[in-house]
Amino acid sequence: MSPTPVIETRGLTKVYNGLVAVDHLDLTIHEGEVYGLLGPNGSGKTTTILMLLGLTEPTEGEVQVVGWDPRRYPLRVKAQVGYIPDQVGFYGDLTAWENLMYTAKLNGIPRKEAYRRIEEALNRVGLQDVAHRPVRTFSRGMRQRLGVADVLIKNPRVIIMDEPTQGLDPESAREFLDLIRELKGEGRTILLASHLLHQVQAVCDRVGLFRRGKKALEGTVEELALQVLGMSHYVHVEVEKDAPRLAQVVRRVPGVTDVEIHDDCTLWVKSRKDVRPEVAKAVVQAGGRLLRLDVELPSLDDIYAHYFKSEAGETENE
Amino acid sequence: MTMVRAMRTQREGSPWTGLWAVVAKEMADHLSSTRMFILEMLIALTAVGTAYNAASAIRSVAGLEPKFLFLKLFTVADEPFPSFVGFLGFLVPLIAIALAFDAVNNEFNQHTLARVLSQPIYRDALLFGKFLAGLFTQFLIYSAIWLLVFGLGVWQLGIPPTGEEVGRALWLLVATVFYGGVWMAVALLFSVRFRQPATAALASIAVWLFFSIFWPMISTSLATILAPIRIGTPEEILAQARWLLALRRLAPSQLYAEIVVALLRPEVRSLGLVLPFQLEGAILGQPLPLSQSVLLIWPHLTGLIAATILLFALAYILFQRQEVRA
Ligand SMILES: Nc1ncnc2c1ncn2[C@@H]1O[C@H](COP(=O)(O)OP(=O)(O)OP(=O)(O)O)[C@@H](O)[C@H]1O
Ligand SMILES: [Mg+2]
Repeated sequence: MSPTPVIETRGLTKVYNGLVAVDHLDLTIHEGEVYGLLGPNGSGKTTTILMLLGLTEPTEGEVQVVGWDPRRYPLRVKAQVGYIPDQVGFYGDLTAWENLMYTAKLNGIPRKEAYRRIEEALNRVGLQDVAHRPVRTFSRGMRQRLGVADVLIKNPRVIIMDEPTQGLDPESAREFLDLIRELKGEGRTILLASHLLHQVQAVCDRVGLFRRGKKALEGTVEELALQVLGMSHYVHVEVEKDAPRLAQVVRRVPGVTDVEIHDDCTLWVKSRKDVRPEVAKAVVQAGGRLLRLDVELPSLDDIYAHYFKSEAGETENE
Repeated sequence: MTMVRAMRTQREGSPWTGLWAVVAKEMADHLSSTRMFILEMLIALTAVGTAYNAASAIRSVAGLEPKFLFLKLFTVADEPFPSFVGFLGFLVPLIAIALAFDAVNNEFNQHTLARVLSQPIYRDALLFGKFLAGLFTQFLIYSAIWLLVFGLGVWQLGIPPTGEEVGRALWLLVATVFYGGVWMAVALLFSVRFRQPATAALASIAVWLFFSIFWPMISTSLATILAPIRIGTPEEILAQARWLLALRRLAPSQLYAEIVVALLRPEVRSLGLVLPFQLEGAILGQPLPLSQSVLLIWPHLTGLIAATILLFALAYILFQRQEVRA
């Protein structure tokens, strides 16, 4: 299965009266992928999304979404791409059901089919009991979920969400992530802009790190960790005794970048790959008695913090 | 720059996709809103009050000339109060402004714009849909009011209206909707321009006040400057009067007032200068047939429609170049 790009940009640029918001962006997102857009405030995430949807005119560059240029064929693109804006709004005087019906009509969905989809979408986000309440009485989380229902009405191939979990309580946020996984399971492509790094790490296949309108880094969390931290795994070793001596041996295992002796029984190993089998073998061969061996991936928070700290340092040196 | 580029990039797909969905939603909003309900009650009460008084007045002088009695229901005033068409002159702008002043800015304020525009429609459909919905709503309201007046007439006068009267009233209905269209386009333009609905409403009302109160005064002074009367020859007087009329006709209310006169007073044969020595010629003689009266108001109607299109185009251009982000 060769992955086909669902979203592709080449040299995509947006200049707002002299301010470069997006700077020659090359982005490729494949069918069925969950892609996370990360980056500090004002790094151009929302602007990129708006250009993908044809809601903002690019200054320069090429865009293709679901095979069409959103500048020339905005209707075809928007018929297949669902968008949840960062501040998703509904008509307060209309009920949830009426709001969704308006969306269905704008998408030209026949009435019978619309009824079916609305019911299904509301059930899916757990709003079936408040379907006929005016949206002005909804809490923020309920609106956010209605935003997902709204997107599901058009049965989209691609879903673009701009900070979808902001303002959600932990339980709702978790449910939201489950929903994203479910949508991915249905073969939909998902583009997610967020500041909540652990959530991004939990659902995204790949992430792109934006910085001043440019895509600074891209890849899986593991790849990013290698690039930014020079390692990708924390291995936690617990032995009966003699940790300092065993550390000498573990250090020589290929792939290990650093070994920290925590106390007489514990070693913290940083490595470029999952080195658990090799570490276990080395410890046992050196006569150590292994009690526990855990592996942990570095968190996106660490990568992000480290990246932007070192970047800041570099710019100061310039 | 961006706008020019946007317009040059060929777009595929009809700009009217989704138009009727927008119209249906907006009309439902208008017809169920408290704001419109209040205005509907206001105009209905005005219609009943003025038409009833007019009917009483007509009956008290019955036997004089039983022609076009139903049209008189619209025009006969119970001094010092204006006639029904007199009230219409300012109720219609009020209704039109109320229908459109928050059309676009409210989408921004409710954060619905980005979501709606991410559906497969063009901005054209959204803006034009809102405008059409306003026109249809006005048409509905005024139709109901016209029926009310005619019903009251049948009851009070005891005779049915003639075909000619119905025809003239229908033309007046159409002209009234177009008159409202101008003010709706003004309010729509401001609703695109100003993010605060209150600002847009005030700006619309300011424009309306300017044209209904200050413009007549300004045009009088302008006419005396542009065509001063030095000696007092008839030519000079005529020239000044021509200027005055031309200037005044820049105000939609003036155009509408002339349309009302031509439609509701069939004996008026000309809408040109109404100088004392022409007045007699203009009013004497046989009443004009409807087709002739319509010819008389044709330039006025086109003027109102042209102004509407111009204002709508301005709103459209502004809206096209606006960022969807609030
Ligand atoms: N309408 C506009 N006019 C001028 N500049 C704008 C406009 N919209 C955005 N910008 C600028 O473009 C840059 C990128 O903004 P954008 O909203 O894409 O950032 P973002 O990555 O989404 O940020 P956040 O994380 O805060 O949502 C910012 O510097 C912003 O000030
Ligand atoms: Mg943003």
